[in-house]
Amino acid sequence: MKPVSLVTKEYKTIDYVSGPLIFVNNVKGASYGEIVEITLRDGEERTGQVLDISEEHAVIQVYEGTRGIDTTDTSVRFTGEPARINVSLDMLGRVFSGVGKARDGGPDIIPEAILDIAGTPINPSARDKPADFIQTGMSAIDGLNTLVRGQKLPIFSGSGLPASKLAAQIARQAKVRGEGEKFAVVFVAMGITHKEASFFMRDFERTGALERVVFFMNLADDPTVERLAAPRCGLTVAEFLAFTHNLHVLVILTDMINYCEALREISTAREEVPGRRGYPGYMYTDLSSIYERAGRLKGKSGSITQIPILTMPDDDITHPVPDLTGYITEGQIVLSRDLFRRGADPPVDALPCLSRLMNLGIGAGKTREDHRGVADQLYASYAYGRDLRRLVAIVGEEALTELDKKYLKLADGFEKEFISQGDDDRSIEDTFKIAWDLFSMLPEDELKRIKRDYIKKYHPLHQEQSGG
Amino acid sequence: MIKGTILRISGPVIIARGMKGSKMYDVVTVGEEALRGEIIRLEGEDAVIQVYEDTTGLMTGEPVENTEKPLSVELGPGLLASIYDGVQRPLPVLLELSGDFIARGISAPGLNREKKWEFVPSVKIGDTVATGDILGTVKEFHFEHRILVPHYVSGTVTDIRSGPFTVEDTICTLDTATHLSMVQVWPVRIPRPHLKKLDPILPLITGQRVFDCIFPVTKGGTAMIPGGFGTGKTVSEQTLAKWSDTQIVVYIGCGERGNEMTDVLEEFPELVDPRTNLPLIERTILIANTSNMPVAAREASIYTGITIAEYFRDMGYDVALMADSTSRWGEALREVSGRLEEMPGEEGYPAYLATRLSAFYERAGRVVCLGSGERNGSITVVGAVSPPGGDFSEPITQNTLRVVGTFWALDTNLAYRRHFPSVNWIKSYSLYLDSIGDWYTKNVAPDWRELREKTMYLLQKEVELQEIVQLVGPDALPESEKVILDVTRMIREDFLQQSAYSDLDSFCPIEKQYLMLKVIMTYYTRVIEGMNRGISLKQVQELSLKADIGRMKEIQEINRIQDMIGEIDKQLLSLEVER
Repeated sequence: MKPVSLVTKEYKTIDYVSGPLIFVNNVKGASYGEIVEITLRDGEERTGQVLDISEEHAVIQVYEGTRGIDTTDTSVRFTGEPARINVSLDMLGRVFSGVGKARDGGPDIIPEAILDIAGTPINPSARDKPADFIQTGMSAIDGLNTLVRGQKLPIFSGSGLPASKLAAQIARQAKVRGEGEKFAVVFVAMGITHKEASFFMRDFERTGALERVVFFMNLADDPTVERLAAPRCGLTVAEFLAFTHNLHVLVILTDMINYCEALREISTAREEVPGRRGYPGYMYTDLSSIYERAGRLKGKSGSITQIPILTMPDDDITHPVPDLTGYITEGQIVLSRDLFRRGADPPVDALPCLSRLMNLGIGAGKTREDHRGVADQLYASYAYGRDLRRLVAIVGEEALTELDKKYLKLADGFEKEFISQGDDDRSIEDTFKIAWDLFSMLPEDELKRIKRDYIKKYHPLHQEQSGG
Repeated sequence: MIKGTILRISGPVIIARGMKGSKMYDVVTVGEEALRGEIIRLEGEDAVIQVYEDTTGLMTGEPVENTEKPLSVELGPGLLASIYDGVQRPLPVLLELSGDFIARGISAPGLNREKKWEFVPSVKIGDTVATGDILGTVKEFHFEHRILVPHYVSGTVTDIRSGPFTVEDTICTLDTATHLSMVQVWPVRIPRPHLKKLDPILPLITGQRVFDCIFPVTKGGTAMIPGGFGTGKTVSEQTLAKWSDTQIVVYIGCGERGNEMTDVLEEFPELVDPRTNLPLIERTILIANTSNMPVAAREASIYTGITIAEYFRDMGYDVALMADSTSRWGEALREVSGRLEEMPGEEGYPAYLATRLSAFYERAGRVVCLGSGERNGSITVVGAVSPPGGDFSEPITQNTLRVVGTFWALDTNLAYRRHFPSVNWIKSYSLYLDSIGDWYTKNVAPDWRELREKTMYLLQKEVELQEIVQLVGPDALPESEKVILDVTRMIREDFLQQSAYSDLDSFCPIEKQYLMLKVIMTYYTRVIEGMNRGISLKQVQELSLKADIGRMKEIQEINRIQDMIGEIDKQLLSLEVER
């Protein structure tokens, strides 16, 4: 173990201030990543973190911003400790700032443990395979892109699209069937408006879930740099609740685009070589240190399921933030402006959606034996129907074959009945029923993705016959 | 021993002073916690070091020691069914040492030191041996692990033992007073030598129709799988790891998801190799350096993987190496390069990206191994590439394209409609078609190549026809062209699509692949013939043939597919022209 230095070191050698960074000269014995306390001329205290140390200077990012910092009187004290947070079960129902200070006017929590917020990577051989089907009550998710415990499934939204409503509905309705609920929600707000934050707050209050939620609030007018710490604080608490107190924790992170913007701000201030669109080259690694903190561990009954929300700038899914996120997370739920305009609720665009862990949570004994086939068939048929729409726009519906007309009808029905559901909480059986009703529009031979046995068993036509 | 002190710390890169006498790529220990790192640049007495662990908490002035050895892996019995991190630390051992989360500054040897292996010698006292000769064998599960004479060693055997030994025990002594054990150490950045390279003429059979029949790769060949997120790169890599007909599979999870590695870890022990009926895990070595594990160790992971692959190749085995994803490796290079403040090349990647990539892929190949008794071994490398935004013009995709023989381009639009594997048949190619033609003619069917060309022709034709349909609607096409659209839909849905999750279809034997294609092409030929006689498309469509063809995937008995050809002939030839 490293010996802890008893001497705290204080410097008044700030040389250079740039954006959220300060450069302190002639620092001896500072450690990488440690927390510093900054005292301004008027006595105000701020905190920062060491980003780079060299012979000449230490580079420090200041969480609360650099306004008012001067190069003569401001003093910097190195604590020798990494960024940590006090954690306790009593955090449930409380509101904290992005760096974990109480922000609801309540007393400071009495810590059960003090943990490093950066966390350490989970050993891949300690992970347990996610396998429990979470019924969210949303057909677009349960039927087509099933969520399982321990998964990280982001919502890709566009500005003005109702991602918050969807996330709140999932948080409200999500359950593993046949199990007593022992859950908690960690809600991390990064740079969102007060209005959005209070929407979630009210929704949790209305459903009585408020005392099961830990809030980390960094609103749009709070310091940018705190956004870098907020998700790490949230996930540290989530890990504590999941793996020490055995709770099933749902972590909602919103909005990741603001987080990445803060990352870019720091990177630019450090004059680093920029990657795509000015975001730093290490953004993939940085994002993964957040998203990978989800999952289950062998021998522990708790779990962390993540639902990050991010707004795609200009609805562009190839923008670096959604792109890198998609490469790390286990699928994505994508909202569509087109469907939103046409009144679908939720406006989930099924085609680009994906759940990579779906197969672990579905099938006989978990949902139903025909689940995989039904989902594949819906996808294939809907995609074909959508192609036909384009064709119809050019050549008119009369030019289509009888079969193609049926596909067209199915695509419409799929959006209106299957995807769109408003505030309904649908059981998985309801979802399957709607799917099979849609299939009955097509000739049976077209259902190639589903095994013949299952068609006999579940097709409404066969059921009517066998039912008398 | 060269000792220095830390001067600067910037993320995974540190600079140490007082390192005069160090060599490039020496392994060093950094700080009080002795974190492992590797020298990547020398400037006077300063050494720039990439550290394989998180550097948080390091202080300037802490000591740095040079081990004066390059980054190496341990090779010997005990590799199979292991799971390592990027620098060959066994993850289950780390789990015992530090719990569910990986702590810093812990080390563990790559091979188990306690376990005893039953060594059966194949040389006797008085024999002369040289590099690459087989000293004896060890049974590792059901696998014959050959113990080879290490490099730069030769002499006459003065003592050879048999019985249970640990990897460090002496099993053989030579007259040069060299004591040999079962473990070898090899620096990962240096390719293991071989006698000579051979042309790849044998196909790697993967049980996947689009790979084996349409865009094959050879044993000893190289292939790349680029695709945007969600196009199924990882599923394809895992499918290949499951069903490839090699004796050894090395699977590198390079900067990817933790849950995916768990999936492989839990699934492979239960899955059975269709050719040997042994659990797949017994032929597999996993290297898992997930995205949140240190970035420098990610850079090292693909070298660790390929060195292990070369070790098994040298025994005379066929090895398949899956690297998922090489883009994350390239990004690790970029990140370290950025910290070094090197002049960036394209998109911030270092200018030496192309050199490193091609050097890695050139370690693949079919070779004659060193040592007496001619043995051939091969390494097939399949690298996944994750182009940002699915845009194939980016540097890693383009630089990889220049060196690989098979290009499996995954397509986002196919993935959206759940056409898996989402290999785009227009963009993809294989440069090995000519070199493996002989094998297919001999072992599958003489007309394989002809069928393949015909299939590709129809698929190409379909693209043209679709353009017309988009303009004027399907009704405007003549019947002979409508048939093409019918048949290409069959090719796409009933042949190319293959679900990795289907119990009946995830592995398709090569004989069945050929017959399935033959069935569809026979159907096409007979329909066209019929139309020339005057029968109409409507008559053909009323037959139940199409529905039967659509269910071919579920049929296990090859005879029944063979029979379908006869049935197609019968039904279509007997159609009468309607007046």
